[in-house]
Amino acid sequence: MKGKSLIDVLHEIQEANPENYVPEDLALRVSETFKTSPSKVYGVLTFYTMFSAKPRGKHIVRVCRSLSCHLAEGEKIVRKLKEELGIDFGETTEDKEFTLEESSCLGMCSVAPSMMIDDVPFGNLKEEDIPLIIKKVREGAL
Amino acid sequence: MKLYRSHILVAEDSKSLAKGAKEIEELLTKEIRNIGLENEILVAPTGSLGYEDLGVAIAVYPDGVIYAPVKPSDVPLIVKEHLLKGRIVKEIAHEIGKKDVILKETRAERVLSIQERVLLKRVGMINPESIEEYIAEDGYLALEKALENGPEWVLEEVKASELRGRGGAGFPTGKKWEFTAKAKSDVKYVICNADEGEPGTFKDRVIMEGDPHLLIEGMILAGYATGANYGYIYIRGEYDLSIKRLQKAIDQARSYGFLGENILGSGFNFDIEIKKGAGAYICGEETALIESIEGKRGEPRKKPPYPPTYGLWGKPTVINNVETLANIPPIVVNGAEWFKKFGVPGSYGTKLFSLMGDINYKGVIEIPFGVKLSSIINDVGFGVKGGKSLKGVILGGVSGSLITPGELDTPVDFNSLAKIEAGPGSGSIVVLSEDRCIVDIAKNIAYFFRHESCGKCTPCRVGTEEMYKIIDYISRGLGEESDLTRLEKLSTTMKLTSFCGLGQTAPNIISQSLVKYRTEWLEHIKQRKCNANVCEFEEITEEVSNE
Repeated sequence: MKGKSLIDVLHEIQEANPENYVPEDLALRVSETFKTSPSKVYGVLTFYTMFSAKPRGKHIVRVCRSLSCHLAEGEKIVRKLKEELGIDFGETTEDKEFTLEESSCLGMCSVAPSMMIDDVPFGNLKEEDIPLIIKKVREGAL
Repeated sequence: MKLYRSHILVAEDSKSLAKGAKEIEELLTKEIRNIGLENEILVAPTGSLGYEDLGVAIAVYPDGVIYAPVKPSDVPLIVKEHLLKGRIVKEIAHEIGKKDVILKETRAERVLSIQERVLLKRVGMINPESIEEYIAEDGYLALEKALENGPEWVLEEVKASELRGRGGAGFPTGKKWEFTAKAKSDVKYVICNADEGEPGTFKDRVIMEGDPHLLIEGMILAGYATGANYGYIYIRGEYDLSIKRLQKAIDQARSYGFLGENILGSGFNFDIEIKKGAGAYICGEETALIESIEGKRGEPRKKPPYPPTYGLWGKPTVINNVETLANIPPIVVNGAEWFKKFGVPGSYGTKLFSLMGDINYKGVIEIPFGVKLSSIINDVGFGVKGGKSLKGVILGGVSGSLITPGELDTPVDFNSLAKIEAGPGSGSIVVLSEDRCIVDIAKNIAYFFRHESCGKCTPCRVGTEEMYKIIDYISRGLGEESDLTRLEKLSTTMKLTSFCGLGQTAPNIISQSLVKYRTEWLEHIKQRKCNANVCEFEEITEEVSNE
């Protein structure tokens, strides 16, 4: 076994950061540790959608936009989420609680439309579920 | 192990968990304790029971009764009636897709008459977090048999089974293994491709969540046959539950001596590590996946050299899909001849499919190769939702193929599907009813590829972008007939010149729809008409038409 890869380390840094991102100073230290250039680290960081080089909210909301969810009227869920959170994709709420992101497929097609908040999956979503779920998460009941 | 008179298994795959399966499990435990049966009845989590589209499902053994959907308010009744008095609560043992029909026997008989549960035989039967239950159901028997007979025997058995890769390309697994087995190197690797990212596909997840040891045993056997001592499972970062269950299974296997140094006293060493992906569809492409394990951007490599001789860190590497590896233990235990009883020549064995879209039963099914697509839809899937007529089927994911109702009698196997320029691909079956708009579907697929193109080569990077733009225009009522020619040319260019499979297959559904559903495309352009009423046409203004 070769030990941890650059991606493993970036995962660890991001998971330990309450703002869910990889800060520049740590990214620079990663480049020193792996004896590679900062641009290479930045290249990896921005290649993968789960990583962020900018601060994000406490909770990451990933809504699925795959064909399966699209056929199950997933766009309504997308609209409702944007409305409820008052933000667009890639944005963070003012209270720094939520960042909204789109996912290409969460692999939950049989319970479409679906989304994940952090590690928790939600399926068979209806528009009226969204405010309740967001409220629960805000109250720390996830 | 303590003995119980009855087991209740709660489906706790990620979809069921999203519907409150944990809560049901806790309630069951509480109710059973209330009536003092906690020493007689065991409540345990299991993988998918195949009912998650309905709601939380529980199975009661040895009675073999499945209740679904179970609401918290049903729990006291089930416990009192069934577990205390032995009377089945028929009211909530519904038939899937027909909520007013009581009891599940007919469904079980009908579905199981077509399905063959070889890979899924333990899913929904055992607690996936218990290695003891896996072992009790013939788990790690294949490993024992392999170690007795030697690596060459395993390789020959896999070759003789004619197993073909289940990741999409269908390359003979035994042949792939032989390249690596023959390659001279001090270090070799086995990689399991668990980066299940094709939209509409969730079959591998059912194995990883429902029977993780099956995959681990398959990997150890792959290592043994090819002379590799290290294995990696590359799994999507989004598959949180799969990662947890696999890690637990790896730890258990290590403590039992199935992984690590000198496995079962044979002198063979093998260990497995999980590598978590970070959200990139391209990493399902094997060389991009290898780059990603190495910690780099997931961009595909030039082939040849191929991974079996030049793979991870330049070493010979066997890389197989989850489902392919899950086939290995049953082949080794029962022999190649047994395996070839399932399926048809050229496509032996069973195949997992993720059934979804406008269909009454959604979920993962296992069928022997050679069953007609129409039978899968009508007999296993209980037909098109709402009694509507069928518009088409997207087979093998969004990079797969588009099948018209006229082609439904094609048997699902590699050779028969090849005749209509299709393949089982990722094993996804998306059913489209007459109410669907082909332009809208093409637009969703184009949006996906635009986002997931890795950007390494121009035909794919620019092609996916252009493709989306053209389709978006048409969907807004701003298209011209010449746009269809442009789309066709673009498709051909991408297919012929893209660097890897992503760009080569991205135009598949779109270009096939231009042939098979051309009238509908023309209606959008010429009459600004969308029969499904989903496309929102814009007023044509000077500004837009000059854009």
